[in-house]
Amino acid sequence: MNSTYVAALELAAGAVLVSAVMTLWRRSVRSIVSMLSLQGMALSAVAIVLALHEHERALFVTGCLVFVVKGLVVPGLLRRVSRLDPRSRESRPLVNVPASLVFAAVLIVLSYVVSSRITSMSPSEASHLVPIGVATVLVGYFMLVTRRRAVSKIVGLILVDNGIALVTFLLTSGVPLIVELGSSLDVLLVVVVLQFLMVSMRRHSDTDQLTEMKALRD
Amino acid sequence: MLILWVLFVPLATTILAASVSWRPWIGWATSASSAAVLGLGIALSVATMTTPELALHGSLRADSLSAFMVVVIGTVSILATLFTPRTMRQEMESGITTSRYARHYVVLMQVFITCMLLAVLTANLGVLWVSIEATTIATTFLVSHRRTDGAFEASWKYVILCSVGIALAFLGTVLIYYAELHTGAGVHSSSLDWTSVMSVAHHLNPNVTRLAFALLVVGYGTKVGLVPMHSWLADAHSQAPAPVSALMSGVLLTVAFYGLLRFRAVAAAALGPTYPRTLLLVVGLASLLLATVMLIAQRDLKRMLAYSSIEHMGLLAIGAAVGTPLAIAAVLLHILGHGITKAVLFLSSGEIYHLEGTTEIAKISGLLARRPVLGGIFGFGLLSLVAFPPFSLFVSELSMARAEVDAGLWWVVAISLACLGVIFAALARHARHMLMGATSSETTVALTTARSVAVPLVTGLVVCVALGVVSWPLQSLLTHAAHGVMS
Repeated sequence: MNSTYVAALELAAGAVLVSAVMTLWRRSVRSIVSMLSLQGMALSAVAIVLALHEHERALFVTGCLVFVVKGLVVPGLLRRVSRLDPRSRESRPLVNVPASLVFAAVLIVLSYVVSSRITSMSPSEASHLVPIGVATVLVGYFMLVTRRRAVSKIVGLILVDNGIALVTFLLTSGVPLIVELGSSLDVLLVVVVLQFLMVSMRRHSDTDQLTEMKALRD
Repeated sequence: MLILWVLFVPLATTILAASVSWRPWIGWATSASSAAVLGLGIALSVATMTTPELALHGSLRADSLSAFMVVVIGTVSILATLFTPRTMRQEMESGITTSRYARHYVVLMQVFITCMLLAVLTANLGVLWVSIEATTIATTFLVSHRRTDGAFEASWKYVILCSVGIALAFLGTVLIYYAELHTGAGVHSSSLDWTSVMSVAHHLNPNVTRLAFALLVVGYGTKVGLVPMHSWLADAHSQAPAPVSALMSGVLLTVAFYGLLRFRAVAAAALGPTYPRTLLLVVGLASLLLATVMLIAQRDLKRMLAYSSIEHMGLLAIGAAVGTPLAIAAVLLHILGHGITKAVLFLSSGEIYHLEGTTEIAKISGLLARRPVLGGIFGFGLLSLVAFPPFSLFVSELSMARAEVDAGLWWVVAISLACLGVIFAALARHARHMLMGATSSETTVALTTARSVAVPLVTGLVVCVALGVVSWPLQSLLTHAAHGVMS
């Protein structure tokens, strides 16, 4: 029983990280969004496996919520944006794809170094996997910094958020339900807001290459 | 009971504003709602002097600090909402806004105010995070209200940077929760309630708390406008309509700072005073220095006010770094004084923009001769901003300096004073041009300023003077609130 639990947990958490790295690798928005959807589902699987093992009803509810919000709704919203956009490829990233993947590997090693100091406080099967969450957060930040398109920024933001959610599940079996509900709702709203802004900006000035945003400066 | 009313009044106004189409009286109704919040805040301050108030089975909690923040939110939002009917009329006349967007504007303003009130009244540190993040969502559309390229760009940067930053604060909150679940001393608690976190704060694992507090400083620091994640602030504050800038700069920044004040107490209990002090000093001094540099060569009036907010947030961080009761009480007085002053200045800059059609400093000149009342209000507002006596910012900055000297931080006082001196000179130079610069000959007749503009702004400045001269009605509240966040 215990070994099945550990295997399931490792598989699900591993899927979160693999899909994060895949978003760096793929260029078409459509496949990046599929990776995000996969990641949301893997994240909800982590929550549900933990909930079943520790008999935490609140965490089970959270897991189902994550499945709906991060596995279905948010990717669905992004898919709608990409359909509006015929040029749906990341054209000129600041760091090219092979170099991004090498960098991702460095970030993963770094996150193992960083996490060990925290998780040594209460070692468990779950807390051994915390570096995976930290790595996902770092990959998200990397994406935010190096990719120029508006959609890629939103994807980076979602990666950061999913990574933090993974750390939360693994370390604490989930924060109180009310906080989890609130933060899921916030993420959803932020994506809606960003999507709306993107559409308005395109209607307004026909661009979403953020390097062209230079109206405001000192 | 009082707590529920504080939240219910703006919520009811939100529903009212959402359910009918825009009329000027709705604007006045939102001001009445803010006045009610102020009244309830004062009542709450009196009630919480003995014991904290609780509501909804302890999920809402108000101590003196929360009550004081309700007073600040109430005061500044009265000023900002009094300008709603006027701003909407001007924008509709010039075709920027339609009645549909006016309705959105009023509803979002009320949602924004309600979220800030929830942030200071919740007992749960997680819900605090949720409500501060919710203010970002509410204010995005207020920033992009004018629907220009600049406004969209500013609101895009605002959402991205604030969401990214505040995500770090969430991770910090989670780590505090984790430390709380695994205290080594046998005592532990499993809720994020402020009281239960504080009750085990002395036993939190130092390694985890150290990392958590650093994440919280950067995370909430983003919303406060502290270095290194400050770059959204000048854009957002300069593109938003004036009343929105007044609310964002006057209170939203300090509501996020309230979060830092709470977590500083947790960190100081777990780690001792040195670590939080070092961290807050670093971000505070860096913000102060950055603001000084940016203010010297500033060319835009609203960006100038925005960078001055970064300066004052830096001062608050330095005050909180000292962390003695005197310092925290001074920080709180500074929050109120800065809120009112900045609201007055942003609102009068909105009026200047409406009349002059620009916010470029170089193009505004001779205001005092042409529009004596508006120019006078703006001039006195700037005097208040640079902490001229008898305005209350003078008292609070002096008290902070005294607290810093008491704590042995002479060098901090020296650096702050040097920065404040440079900022004074820079603002004086900009102000001299705008207020007393040469005017073109055809506009020598002095123009009057509408009473609906002058009365609220003059009242605001009078309140600042009154707070500076006689702070006694607040004295006990400030001290009591400061002791609430001592470890």
